[in-house]
Amino acid sequence: MNKNINNMYPYFFLIPAILIYGTFFLVPTALSFFYSFTWWTLTDWEFIGFDNFIQFFQEPSLRIGFRNTLIFAFTTMGGKVILGLALAVFLTSKIRNKDLLRSIVFFPALLSTIAVGYTFSSMMHPTKGVINTILSFFGITGPNWLGNPDIALLSVAMTDIWKGVGIATVIFIAGLMAIPTHYYEALKIDGGNALQAFWHITLPLSRPAMNTVIILALIGGLRTFDLVWAMTGGGPGFSTDLLASIVYKQYAAGFFGLSTAGNVLLFLFVAMVAFPIFKFINRKEVDL
Amino acid sequence: MRANVISQINEQQQQEELIQARKRSSRRMLILETLGVLVALTFFGIPFYFVLINSFKDRAGASLLNLSFPENFQFLRNYKEVLTLNDGVVLRAFMNSTIITVLSLTTIIIICSMAAFVIARRSGLAKKLNYVILIGLMIPPSIVPTIWLLQGMGLFKTFPGIISLEAGLHFSFACLLYTAFVGTIPKELDEAALMDGCGPFNLFFRVIFPLLKPVTSTVIVLSSIQIYNDFENMLYFFPGADNATVQLTLYNFTGIYGTEYHLLFADVLLISIPPLILFIFFNKKIVDGMTAGAVKG
Repeated sequence: MNKNINNMYPYFFLIPAILIYGTFFLVPTALSFFYSFTWWTLTDWEFIGFDNFIQFFQEPSLRIGFRNTLIFAFTTMGGKVILGLALAVFLTSKIRNKDLLRSIVFFPALLSTIAVGYTFSSMMHPTKGVINTILSFFGITGPNWLGNPDIALLSVAMTDIWKGVGIATVIFIAGLMAIPTHYYEALKIDGGNALQAFWHITLPLSRPAMNTVIILALIGGLRTFDLVWAMTGGGPGFSTDLLASIVYKQYAAGFFGLSTAGNVLLFLFVAMVAFPIFKFINRKEVDL
Repeated sequence: MRANVISQINEQQQQEELIQARKRSSRRMLILETLGVLVALTFFGIPFYFVLINSFKDRAGASLLNLSFPENFQFLRNYKEVLTLNDGVVLRAFMNSTIITVLSLTTIIIICSMAAFVIARRSGLAKKLNYVILIGLMIPPSIVPTIWLLQGMGLFKTFPGIISLEAGLHFSFACLLYTAFVGTIPKELDEAALMDGCGPFNLFFRVIFPLLKPVTSTVIVLSSIQIYNDFENMLYFFPGADNATVQLTLYNFTGIYGTEYHLLFADVLLISIPPLILFIFFNKKIVDGMTAGAVKG
């Protein structure tokens, strides 16, 4: 019987998936490990060992990508976790209009990153932009958001948080709704206040949702390309260049081997950040 | 007697305090609600209003980048100009994006549901495939080798190329959603089908696939938004003027001679219409799918 039932799940059902996923994702990924060690013109290649990687770690304009990528990924992750959790707590409380507010917060997630990038870079114009005009109304002189190399990366990160916080909020809302209400009732009977409820019930029991948000935000942040491309193009200087935009620049300049090496570094970077966190949080996950 | 009176007074006081506290908390709630709506409107409303109002202005008005009402209201002219620019490149882009989105979605649904069915039902080798699929969820696509491969197959800058590529890159996410869902369908159904002399094709396409409807609609909504909004892959793997897709049309209005903001914002609004429609009709579905996919995947 058991043998027969397995015939109902033939392996050839996997063939279309293997063909497409294999050809268009797995094979190029495997090839990139080889070509990252070459001087490559697409028609011709020459094996040069670790030269591409050495160049990546020696040239300041390339090396800065690592620092920026880490800052960007962790800033946006932190912002999405904190704001997302705060919004979720607010939007699961007994307020009216919460459906409308949830929709408003979530909608930016559906918009194209490029459109959002162009809109925010116009709003961040140093003299006439909407953000600084509003700030000057309160007597604050706003900075040159995208023109100042010290804060440009954070300005891009803030835009990313604006666009992505809705997804984090929705995930947190799902997590909070899964917490049984009798925990809160028990705490109330014992005389606990709202802060204690948040600290001792909401925070620990929203761990699974938080882990999901952390993983999604970190992977997304490490891979970001289009937002930087639309807002700053990596400038001023190289102050907002992320690994993914460096990969594009090297590709556009015709340095295919170097670009592929950057791609491989990006894989390793994502894996190095994602896998340990993945393992760590799976170990510590609390069951409801 | 005295003690009784005191306790009565105490009770009254407590009750009054309770009522006061309730009033206070309901007033606090109202303030909190108003504040919440105001903050949401400021942070999320202003960018939308900004784009909308500037797409109605003339070139000079929009270049001021402010929130004032248009002095020169030219709604029709701006939108007409965007749609007819460069022999209607925006309309062509809409066509191209629609074709790519619909065909890659169809491919994703077929290959992912079939694969997930086998992976979820079989033990052993198929389970190990899950790790290979997880890689695709994390690791970004490699750019130049993919281009090289596409060129070698004669698929670079072609519709079949970009469609297969999008299907390949979105395979992992949809497959994991499907695998989790197939696990909730009882195996007794398969056994019954086997008893009735059903083959694997009939079992899958006539029994299982219709039951997968909830995931299929989640995949349709989430993947179509991702593919429609895709910029990076189109930039790398589908370049060329004839191959314009909606996200790349925004490029047309930012040039070395300055940005034509009135047209840029009109285009931003135009390309946001399909997600907006999807949002209006599938709001709940999107949110459910998002949470289901995120928390289980």
